[in-house]
Amino acid sequence: MKTASVANPSRRKFVQASAATAGSLVVAFNIPFSGNVQAQAAADEINAWVVVKPNDTVVIRIARSEMGQGSLTGLAQLVAEELECDWAKVTTEYPTPGQSLARKRPWGDFGTGGSRGIRGSQDYVRKGGAIARMMLVQAAANEWKVPAAECTVDKGIISHAASKHTTSYGKVAAAAAKLTPPTDVKLKDPKDWKLAGKRLARLDTVDKTTGKQIYGMDLKLPGMLNAAVKDSPVFGGKLKNVDDATALKMPGVKRVLRVGDTAVAVVADTWWRAKTALEAVKIEWDEGPNAKASSAAFAEVLKAGLDAKDAVVGATIGDAAMALAGAARKIEAVYSYPHQNHACMETMNATVRYTPERCEVWVPTQGGEGALAATAEASGLPPEKCEVYKIHLGGGFGRRGATDYVRQAVAIAKQMPGIPIKMIWSREEDMAQGRFHPVTQCRLVAGLDDKGDVTALHIRISGQSILAGVAPQNIKDGKDPVVFQGFNTPGPEASLCYTLPNLLVDHAMRNPHVPPGFWRGVNLNQNTIYLESFIDEIAAATKQDPLALRKKMMSKNPKSLAVLEAVANRVGWDKSAPKGIFRGLAQTMGFGSYVAACAEISISNEGVLKIHRI
Amino acid sequence: MAKLNVNGKVVDYTAEEGTPLLWVLREQLGMTGTKYGCGIAQCGACTVHIDGVPIRSCVRPASSVKAAEKIVTIEGLSKNGTHPVQKAWVALDVPQCGFCQSGMIMAATALLKTTPNPTDKQIDDAMTNICRCGTYNRVRAAIKVAAKEIAGGKQVANALNIQHVNGGKA
Repeated sequence: MKTASVANPSRRKFVQASAATAGSLVVAFNIPFSGNVQAQAAADEINAWVVVKPNDTVVIRIARSEMGQGSLTGLAQLVAEELECDWAKVTTEYPTPGQSLARKRPWGDFGTGGSRGIRGSQDYVRKGGAIARMMLVQAAANEWKVPAAECTVDKGIISHAASKHTTSYGKVAAAAAKLTPPTDVKLKDPKDWKLAGKRLARLDTVDKTTGKQIYGMDLKLPGMLNAAVKDSPVFGGKLKNVDDATALKMPGVKRVLRVGDTAVAVVADTWWRAKTALEAVKIEWDEGPNAKASSAAFAEVLKAGLDAKDAVVGATIGDAAMALAGAARKIEAVYSYPHQNHACMETMNATVRYTPERCEVWVPTQGGEGALAATAEASGLPPEKCEVYKIHLGGGFGRRGATDYVRQAVAIAKQMPGIPIKMIWSREEDMAQGRFHPVTQCRLVAGLDDKGDVTALHIRISGQSILAGVAPQNIKDGKDPVVFQGFNTPGPEASLCYTLPNLLVDHAMRNPHVPPGFWRGVNLNQNTIYLESFIDEIAAATKQDPLALRKKMMSKNPKSLAVLEAVANRVGWDKSAPKGIFRGLAQTMGFGSYVAACAEISISNEGVLKIHRI
Repeated sequence: MAKLNVNGKVVDYTAEEGTPLLWVLREQLGMTGTKYGCGIAQCGACTVHIDGVPIRSCVRPASSVKAAEKIVTIEGLSKNGTHPVQKAWVALDVPQCGFCQSGMIMAATALLKTTPNPTDKQIDDAMTNICRCGTYNRVRAAIKVAAKEIAGGKQVANALNIQHVNGGKA
């Protein structure tokens, strides 16, 4: 079994050839764009998820990026389930964003993040598999002149019992490709699934144990040069003076380039030589308006935001202010959460070949279409003259949804037309040029009645908005809805699992100069820590068992409650922890998942924390 | 021309004094299975063996390795990925993004040579490689599966219930 093939210079030709070859079946079907008339009209055009080779190999196209989360295999399972093909003959490949654009987005959204890979595309990829199966069976039925409904299919073998005919997918693929795709598609009942939802071995595991898996950093193109780059160490800073005299004399160095007005790149025959020479470039920086910015100073800004009047309301139930004013007892706590770097194991990189006619990018990215748009913008070419070939990611965690490094690589390659240039960030550069998990503080105030029950809760978030940094056009009336993940009023997504008679969640937006990014779990991370820590504060202050208190407040959220109880049972919450070991419980929900955890920890006399069990 | 003995072959290369072995492997010899992660010997993604000892090739100057010393990289660990550690890794579907896994596997194979039946603590102490996806628990489990095979047992079934392509379960 092979895994997703690595894009190479002939990849585009290959994809086009695959689509056009008579021996390959390219299956079309509807993509459910909500209310998009044009997309509905385009539904009858060629769309491609399944290619069947004459030797019965089935190539399943995967639009989402594989970065360790397993959706490459999971999505292939969903297609194969409906296709009824032989799983042992399945291979996968990434379609390209440029092809998608040219063919009116037959693969829908390429974006890979927010736990949407399977959730967001399971319906239409299954449909793709089902339509392919129907066309293949129809082609066999036509050949045998029997009704398709009388044919059966198992592992890519089509049979007609009465006439004793049998054939394989590969043999009828060419004929099937010429048929009009059916529009009436019935998907299998999940209870009949044989592949989907099963714990199959991942398709890409073997190559990851032999060193064969190619990541962006491993890419090699004919005539390729390598670039090391250094951007302003202070966000908002600029190049003042660049002395490249020494670097230019160093072995293998081809060029020392300015990238925009903020960065220097050294292009050399090998990356090690480029990096070594970059260290010899004397750069004088104009550190700009943020030269003296510090975490400590910004913490004061955040602290002031906890009391500020300019907060935007995220969620409200009843009248929290009035209930708090009349509460028998109030409990308050303030928490903070720092900036965090994604720190993907594979540092940011991209390989670009630019000519005035075409700009091609090979890149590990979570956002294929975003990378294509960034390529077009940075190259100055229309998107039709650009292409992005996705490569496996050595970690993503949200970082590779950003396009800053793609733009930078294009800006370098644009200065050396015709030469493929692989830009790799050093680890130091990767840490310095992050798109950081936002910095926030949070104050929680609970009002309790005389029985110790929570009657009101005010959650004030003060801090950074990701949308304000990455997509300010999505901020409406000063509100970034993403900030409130985990604190939304009851609903299906990232909502509070506690029932509160009075609730106010608001946000005082305070944006530092440090650029934010979506980071693994996004704002649910710190919001859960804030709230769950605070629930334990309430339990301690009112001498209630943390599990009992949560259960009391979660009675209207049976799913969350069941998950929490399952964890409590597994850990043996009803019995005390061993001496010297402390236990904590927490629960949350988001991205369609319900989560609870229990940790057992100890703290040594020297103050060293040890986690014994989670 | 300097020489290195890599995966049983003596090869010539040219590089400036101080060029790390990692970049000679990756850029001069075209062996990209060994990864660059941190460049300061902290993450272990660049782990290779020199005479059976695991070393972090990102800080080891290639010029300090004599041609008589035998370097083994992930590409040369076995034919077709058949080392018991690689087989255990496949059986337990250990890798996620996989970027750190060459280094993990090289560290694990070296550990099992000196410590054929490691305890959890010995595994934790020896496996200082960083995995950003968080495969540590499966790494530990796979090392134990591999240890049993090396000790002469058959590949041991695990509790993960992963179905492999041929329909068998690991």
